Amino acid sequence: MIRAFVSRSLPLLTALALLGGTQACQFNTDTTAATQRLPYLGEPDVVAPGDTVYPTLPTFTLTNQDRQTVTPATFAGKVYIADFFFATCPSICPKMQSEMLRVYEKYKNDKRVAFLSHTIDPEHDSIPVLREYAERLGVKDASQWHFVTAPRDTIFRLAGKYMVAAQRDASAPGGAVHSGAFVLVDPQRHIRGSYDGTNAEQVDQLLRDLPVLLQEVSGASATAAK
Amino acid sequence: MPSFVARCCGSLAVVGAAVGLLSGCFTDRQNEGQRLYAQRCASCHGDQGQGLRRLIPPLAGADYLKTHRTQLPCLIQHGQQGPMVVNGIEYNQVMPAQHDLTDAQITNLLNYVQTHWGNRLEPYTISEVTTLLVPCHGIDGK
Repeated sequence: MIRAFVSRSLPLLTALALLGGTQACQFNTDTTAATQRLPYLGEPDVVAPGDTVYPTLPTFTLTNQDRQTVTPATFAGKVYIADFFFATCPSICPKMQSEMLRVYEKYKNDKRVAFLSHTIDPEHDSIPVLREYAERLGVKDASQWHFVTAPRDTIFRLAGKYMVAAQRDASAPGGAVHSGAFVLVDPQRHIRGSYDGTNAEQVDQLLRDLPVLLQEVSGASATAAK
Repeated sequence: MPSFVARCCGSLAVVGAAVGLLSGCFTDRQNEGQRLYAQRCASCHGDQGQGLRRLIPPLAGADYLKTHRTQLPCLIQHGQQGPMVVNGIEYNQVMPAQHDLTDAQITNLLNYVQTHWGNRLEPYTISEVTTLLVPCHGIDGK
């Protein structure tokens, strides 16, 4: 009975498979950076039916390794990738920073992309410490990758807004626990992606998502220019 | 047919139990060095002992392993702080202590480092590591 059904419907199945195959091909060509759109992360506010407002990151004032003030204006018109670390972190930070370096190397000198690493240990990570850390990583100045500090409360509150878990914990190696998330932010300060910075596959996904967001941003600025 | 299955499964179960018992006789020490490296070292020193720029020194091809051979067991057990030079480059990061590692575990870990990523260095014996650990016993109250 089953066999009879299969043999009778085999041509149909083959046709379906073929159709599926061609659809898959078309699907692949359709989902280039031009048409794909990254999601907005975070809990949206529905202000009116059909009018959904996604959360934006708050404004902030931070200081980078070159003693420059870093605010959202620093990233005007850019997309940036944020993470949280500390210089003496013996656990996940080196792995995270080596993954971040992969992204940095790919977009080095690309003015559309910036990097923002927040220390969660501002007591130890003074500006000279941050500068040395950056230089040792091969980041010569703060033109594209900012290693920033701020009062503890500011940093930890910001981490929450980036949906990154971070807290002091005397029992953890280095005295703090934090997640190794890389957070992708668009020029309107919306979070458009969050990736585990200790996981090479997720960072590969970030590398695939970045051009999609850049395409969207350049499309938006072209529309605005008209 | 069902009786065959029963007999077959019965004998399989016996073989399985025997394998289970046998494997209990062997420790998984063979790969302990590799496992410890992955758990405790690779995040900083890299999967291939490559280090991280000028932040974390490499282990692959590191002259430090040869020039400081007798100090390495203490370095692993008690960590490292302050500047150190590896292959002519100065590094200055904190390496956390590993107080809970036994002499045998330190030996296995060291020997993994000594013999991987192109390193062809002389392995340690456990008694050698035990002897080398004597001077640093109690240096930080542990």
